[in-house]
Amino acid sequence: MTQSFDHPLEITGTPPPMVSFRNVCKAYGSLVVLDNLNLDINAGEMVSIIGPSGSGKTTVLRMLMTLEQINGGVIYVDGKPLTHMPKHGKLVPANQRHLRQRRVDIGMCFQHFNLFPHMTALENCMEGPVQVLGMRKPEARARCEELLEMVGMIDKKDQHPSRLSGGQQQRVAIARALAMRPKVMLFDEVTSALDPEVIGEVTEVIRKLVSEHNLTMLMVTHQMGFARDISDRVCFFYGGKIEEQGPPSQIFGNPERERTQQFLSAVREAI
Amino acid sequence: MFDWKWDFVWEIMPRLLVATGNTLLAAGAGYAIAIVLGLVFALAQRGPSRLLAFVVRELVEFIRSTPLLLQVFFVFFVGPQFGIRLSPWTSGMIAIGLHYACYLSEVYRGGIESVPRGQWEASTALNMSTIQTYRRVIIPQAIPSSLTGMGNYLVGIFKDTPMLSVIGVAELVHTANAIGSEHYRFLEPLTLVGLIFLAISLPAAGLIRLLEGYVRRKLGM
Repeated sequence: MTQSFDHPLEITGTPPPMVSFRNVCKAYGSLVVLDNLNLDINAGEMVSIIGPSGSGKTTVLRMLMTLEQINGGVIYVDGKPLTHMPKHGKLVPANQRHLRQRRVDIGMCFQHFNLFPHMTALENCMEGPVQVLGMRKPEARARCEELLEMVGMIDKKDQHPSRLSGGQQQRVAIARALAMRPKVMLFDEVTSALDPEVIGEVTEVIRKLVSEHNLTMLMVTHQMGFARDISDRVCFFYGGKIEEQGPPSQIFGNPERERTQQFLSAVREAI
Repeated sequence: MFDWKWDFVWEIMPRLLVATGNTLLAAGAGYAIAIVLGLVFALAQRGPSRLLAFVVRELVEFIRSTPLLLQVFFVFFVGPQFGIRLSPWTSGMIAIGLHYACYLSEVYRGGIESVPRGQWEASTALNMSTIQTYRRVIIPQAIPSSLTGMGNYLVGIFKDTPMLSVIGVAELVHTANAIGSEHYRFLEPLTLVGLIFLAISLPAAGLIRLLEGYVRRKLGM
């Protein structure tokens, strides 16, 4: 599990990958969830992660958001270590302060939205900029109203989440994450908890992000058609490893590995 | 049958009303201490220090498992042996405030734990600090589910203020007792004290229920 690799203090390169997993391991007790993961994601790239449940897909995002501690390896964001910090020329596990400094580059949207129920849509979006970034309220309000406009929720900005549908809540959640101006956006099964008829309004927003913004995005999804349409690259996870990865045309059109073929045909049958 | 004397009632009423003020003051001040200290106890048990969490956990268990009367005696009579000489009021406020802080810390703990984990994760994703997360996200959501317990203990602390009579705090029961001893009549003062308690407890419980509904609506839940 905890093989010792020599990880650099910084990843150089012009430019360095926006996100870099190096020999990352994650286990819950004796259950190994991710086994020596190596994955680089370039700036502006849209990467989809697909695979059967229990394959470690969501864990990849949660580790990158620092919601889960890793048991081995190092995660770099924008060339600098996220899970570790340099000390006396070596990398040591990051403390809270380091995590707070480095986390600013990452934003995340969740399967169950996790909006703050005691705040309106606009207040949800303003919370991070005002409290964390120390932005002045009028400025934060302007930024957030612009984002709510972009996700088509400006007319509901003064509603509490309990008054919004799932699709509407998820769009507010996307605006809330974007309000922090992250370099990397993580989407963790953002349409899985939605009624079929509102999935489109959320995927539409993500499409817009892909075409209009130069964000780096990492998305776990069960919607194969959507992943095929918008991804630059698709990673198929199986048993805590990347079984196969490549452009969507290859993964969906001509997968090399048997497990990928089996998974995709099982998914297609389900539809 | 009853030898009820209205003259006597009117004569002692002013003293009982002053004592009612003292009872309300004792309950209010004790509750104020309990509300703040209880939150400190609840957060300490969830804080990063394992040792502190353990010590606070044991302290809360200890205080909840021993009688309030004993704690009142302890602060007032044992304190001076260690050079801590406190007035009846101060001792009483410390004892009752500490006692109810322990009960309230359990109420808060329940409230805090009832906030879904996703709220913590969303706060982390917004890069909020632990303190910001508690202050802005967790505690506002923990309050509605804590209100019922908090209201019950407000009435509870009010009804427990007579415990302070044993160390000479001039609250209702202490005053009624004093009146009774002076006039050799206990029927009127003690009955009146009972009625005063009833007259305050019942509307208070109703008001708390109204407040609960109001807070829930205010927080959009």
